Amino acid sequence: MDELDRQLINRLQRGLPLVRHPWQAVAGELHSTPDELLDRLHLLLEDGVLTRFGPMFDIERLGGAFTLAALAVPESRFEQVAAQLNDLPQVAHNYRREHHWNMWFVLACATGEDLDQTLSHIHTITGLEVLNLPKEQTYHVGLYFPA
Amino acid sequence: MSVCTSRLDETLAQRLIHLTEAGLPLVEDPWTWLAEQLGISVESTLDLLKRLQGEGAIRRIAAVPNHYRLGYRHNGMTVWDVCDEQMPRLGELIGAQPFVSHCYRRPRRGDWPYNLFAMVHGRSREEIDSYREHLRFLLGDASRADEMLVSSRILKKTGLRLAPPRSCRSWLASEDR
Repeated sequence: MDELDRQLINRLQRGLPLVRHPWQAVAGELHSTPDELLDRLHLLLEDGVLTRFGPMFDIERLGGAFTLAALAVPESRFEQVAAQLNDLPQVAHNYRREHHWNMWFVLACATGEDLDQTLSHIHTITGLEVLNLPKEQTYHVGLYFPA
Repeated sequence: MSVCTSRLDETLAQRLIHLTEAGLPLVEDPWTWLAEQLGISVESTLDLLKRLQGEGAIRRIAAVPNHYRLGYRHNGMTVWDVCDEQMPRLGELIGAQPFVSHCYRRPRRGDWPYNLFAMVHGRSREEIDSYREHLRFLLGDASRADEMLVSSRILKKTGLRLAPPRSCRSWLASEDR
């Protein structure tokens, strides 16, 4: 990664401008050309430094039901419960965190009813209490990682 | 769907999600590609994108880095028991810190006293510890207790993806979501 890669990563995290010729606009800012930027973007995606380039939808505004939930899983059963959860398509991500509540996951469902069913399904298959913490207010969402 | 998005925009937005599931094509004129796919003019396509972005249905058309590859290997979910009356002001304040990627109010539960969540990311443990200290300073006496839950392993991370239509859909918001 050289300086132009870093500048491109930082610029594109902030969003492509919604103008008629967006790549020319970005190329102008970075003193490059659309061809060069697109080539570099392609390589950064292929290499895995970037995981995606495209519209970031606020899926929650387009329907669906979401929550953050946690389980306190006994160490002896941790791998087994992780596998049970990861098999569910509703589990969008799942992290181990160092705490009594040691498994934290996000559920993404089509409806509130699906979400309730998924929560009780998880309780049933694991036998564990589910800590369900749906968001009540969003103060900020904005991942930005300067390269 | 948000109240201000029209029925037509809603349909077009759903098609946009499918069309760009794997991302926007890396071509010099992506709007023409999208317009052809949607069967509308380039101008209408750009207007649609502007409307959806203005309403917040699209946050932005952007690159999502693998933050581990950029060196951000440490993340902490800081959780705070914040006095309810001061929450609106303090939630905004905490969310506005540049090192906070996500900030939400969530419910307290029986054995879970924390109602404010702020996610911090850094390139070292010391870095995220210092962020937590800074948030503690900002919250002062309004926070009765706090913890930082450090992530030690990713068990599952699904990219932006629409699951089979019948069942639930799962997405990566961000974030991070």
